[in-house]
Amino acid sequence: MPKWDDVSEGDALPELKKKPGVTQLVKYAAGSGDFNPLHHDFAFPQSKALGSIIVHGRFKYASLGELVSNWLGHEGRIVKLGCQYRGMDFPDKEFVAGGTVKRKYEEDGRKLAELEIWTKNEEGKATTPGTAVVELP
Amino acid sequence: MAKEFEITDQMRAVIGIESPPWTHEVTTTSVRAFARGVGYTDPVYFDIEAAKAAGYKSLPAPPSYMGTAVFIPGKSNDTFSGPNRGGPSLKHGLPGLLDGGTETEYFGQICAGDELTVVSKLTDLTVRESGSLGKMLITTNETTYTNQDGELVARQRGQAIFY
Repeated sequence: MPKWDDVSEGDALPELKKKPGVTQLVKYAAGSGDFNPLHHDFAFPQSKALGSIIVHGRFKYASLGELVSNWLGHEGRIVKLGCQYRGMDFPDKEFVAGGTVKRKYEEDGRKLAELEIWTKNEEGKATTPGTAVVELP
Repeated sequence: MAKEFEITDQMRAVIGIESPPWTHEVTTTSVRAFARGVGYTDPVYFDIEAAKAAGYKSLPAPPSYMGTAVFIPGKSNDTFSGPNRGGPSLKHGLPGLLDGGTETEYFGQICAGDELTVVSKLTDLTVRESGSLGKMLITTNETTYTNQDGELVARQRGQAIFY
């Protein structure tokens, strides 16, 4: 688990690979309470217009949270976690959540690191770019 | 797809009005359901003993899980499970909806057993033009989460795209 003193700018977080199928998206819908049919119903007009249901943006956001949580191993804590939904992801397609340490700094006696994070689709496009700030031991 | 769309004074009037507070519950069952939905394998989000060994009072809320809104038919939104907004609401008439972005700032810990009081307000309206979606309305909402001890534990800003 990362200690602030041992972390360097440019360090990469261990990647997290995901390939959510329809069943996984249904589990996410149940866990999050987001029952927008765009994420499970192929007959929903917006799904038909797009040609498919799509992965919840918030599923990718939560996956970025999992990426950072796995890296911290409960020894540090997330101060801020943000992302933008720039592209759609589709069921049964792999995406990879990754990140790097962008900046290491101290503020009000807290040892912090700013991370650049993203999910990338199979074509390598960052469909969910974001940033996180973590406090490290 | 909208060719023409303008923000009206009536829409602007909704900016800054706080929603009535609503309760979100964080329970061991709800934390497990969310963690399972994301696909976590970390036992800390499932096993209370593992959570305690990691220093939490009970199962911690995974990042981005802000509790489960209490659902009451007629008062809650059947699609998104949150409360139907009381007071004036944004009437824009655009049928398409996409999520634009989410940012959560954490000030404290959220764990199973917590009850969060949630208040949200619209903070910004912007119109943008997209090649494929036409005129889009981007709304920004700010939501605060205060626990049963009166501690502000998180603030979330979210953008929604209507088209």
